[in-house]
Amino acid sequence: MALSYISPQFIIERDASRCIACQVCVRQCANDVHSYNEEDGLVSSHSLNCAGCHRCVTACPTQALNVRLSPLDFRPHANWTPSIITNIYKQAESGGMLLTGMGCDQPYRIYWDHMVLNASQVTNPSIDPLREPMELKTYLGSKPEQLEFSQSQDGLELDTEIGPQLELAIPIMFSAMSYGSISFNACESLARAAQIAGTYYNTGEGGLHPDLYKYGANTVAQVASGRFGVHLNYLNAVAALEIKVGQGAKPGIGGHLPGEKVSLDISRTRMIPQGTDAISPAPHHDIYSIEDLRQLIFALKEATHYSKPVSVKVAAVHNIAPIASGIVRAGADIVAIDGLRGGTGAAPTVIRNNVGIPIEMAIAAVDQRLRDEGIRHRASLVAAGSIRSSSDVVKAIALGADAVYIATSALVALGCHLCQRCYTGKCNWGIATQDPYLTKRLNPNIGARRLVNLLRAWSLEIKEMMGGMGVNSIESLRGNRDHLRGVGLNQVELDALGIKAAGY
Amino acid sequence: MKKKRIVIHEEYCIGCRLCEVHCLVQHSKSRDIVKAFKEERSSTMARVMVEESGPVSFALQCRQCSESNCLEACISGAMHRDPETGAVVCDESKCVGCWMCIMVCPAGAIRQNLTGTHIASKCDLCYGSAMPACVLNCPNEALTYEEVEVRD
Repeated sequence: MALSYISPQFIIERDASRCIACQVCVRQCANDVHSYNEEDGLVSSHSLNCAGCHRCVTACPTQALNVRLSPLDFRPHANWTPSIITNIYKQAESGGMLLTGMGCDQPYRIYWDHMVLNASQVTNPSIDPLREPMELKTYLGSKPEQLEFSQSQDGLELDTEIGPQLELAIPIMFSAMSYGSISFNACESLARAAQIAGTYYNTGEGGLHPDLYKYGANTVAQVASGRFGVHLNYLNAVAALEIKVGQGAKPGIGGHLPGEKVSLDISRTRMIPQGTDAISPAPHHDIYSIEDLRQLIFALKEATHYSKPVSVKVAAVHNIAPIASGIVRAGADIVAIDGLRGGTGAAPTVIRNNVGIPIEMAIAAVDQRLRDEGIRHRASLVAAGSIRSSSDVVKAIALGADAVYIATSALVALGCHLCQRCYTGKCNWGIATQDPYLTKRLNPNIGARRLVNLLRAWSLEIKEMMGGMGVNSIESLRGNRDHLRGVGLNQVELDALGIKAAGY
Repeated sequence: MKKKRIVIHEEYCIGCRLCEVHCLVQHSKSRDIVKAFKEERSSTMARVMVEESGPVSFALQCRQCSESNCLEACISGAMHRDPETGAVVCDESKCVGCWMCIMVCPAGAIRQNLTGTHIASKCDLCYGSAMPACVLNCPNEALTYEEVEVRD
């Protein structure tokens, strides 16, 4: 066999004075990095397979382990970086596309970190959220052009019929992650947390496991290009439907769940034979125009008797504003846009790192376009694609989103360490795996608790930020770009975001 | 009567054996994890055992039966019931190491402690601690310490 040119990415440091050879690291690593030698009673590590997921470091009872980036240096070259060289070695050995997981890891400008928020001083009062009511509730769905009332004996009555709405106690939902791409326990953690927190989680294109039907009132069910697991009960069991056209991590690309992951349970949920690859085509084969999209939207509305809002999810790409306008005109009640840095369980690295535009730009462009066309009220706008903190949520809403989707943040709350190896199915944290040895590592009681804690913590911070701005309702903040200023951005970027520079 | 007992949740046991590690430390002389393993290993042992078969695993310790075979089989009176907790405890100063308790234990939760003294070694619910060490250190809440109904 020819020599591999790939060197270890990480180096494992074991403090021999603290290692008690309890072998917890050996049992916890699905990549077989650690091994125990009975002869000398010692545990040793082989760094080559290390994904850098820190499971062993976290589990080690004596803190004897540390994982560091390999100190092996290439001769410095600004153009030929170690990752580019290593990728060529990998492809020269495998002849295949490079795969990866999670969102884009390239250093494109993160506009969240170049926008700052306003606060009230002297001329307008700030609000103390600990003393005064602060409203984070928002409703997603199509709003009427105007409200009409009539006088009756009991007082004023609303005559305008308002379409179905999703009621969100906080403007944060869990984004689409399928049963298959993540484990059942991860799905259940999300579902339970959504129910407790008064928000929604999304099935992704994995169908709905029978044991999760009880969370239907807090579920958004996806209908994607493979139509996996879509049937009438599925559509009617949930609170809203979402047609997935695109995903931020891989715009223009379909999905591929390898047959090894299609267990009996997953095959039943997806309605495909056990052990066969689940391939979602790149396009919907019945959607080649806005008119086709309209047909599917109304087919879903008919199937569910116009009882629930229909969302359309697209990736943020170059002409996102007219695309979103077309989606609204096609009859969508919610437009979900997933930006460049949105995550995935598996995508070609070249697509993840090079296709799409940042979500900040997309929200600004879409919100402005829909306002200009006078159709902003006809659909709610949900921003996705790397919302990392409560301040990202506030900035997204101030830019024009009604609510946000989080997925990577939610998985991080469940233990994900962004090792980007989801596609291997060997997730040591029990999230992106179907291996029965690994899936039970995620106890949904703990998972749901951690997710609810995250949402609670963020909502406290959001209220604090809103209070500082003198805003007492999240809906008053939506599209209020006067609360944002750009720092270190050029005029083109400021104009695209529709915000002023700091100092103005 | 309600008493606190260790409850096993086999579906969440990940087979890491941290319960065994911390049980051993709890019953060591120094109660220092590094010292217990590196210096006192020959005089201390875990009283909880992880049973494994394929992906299924669970941590097993004495079930603190209400009608304890071990109590009845003990020839020296070492095995007794703690009046406060109702837990079955082995008085190590009385145990003669006849292993009758091991013979009759339906759960296989008693082991020979051959590290020096030849006595029966079993879970004592970490007598004196608010929570047994195995429960406290289980990373996935596969062991919990709950009030359960026990027979007098």
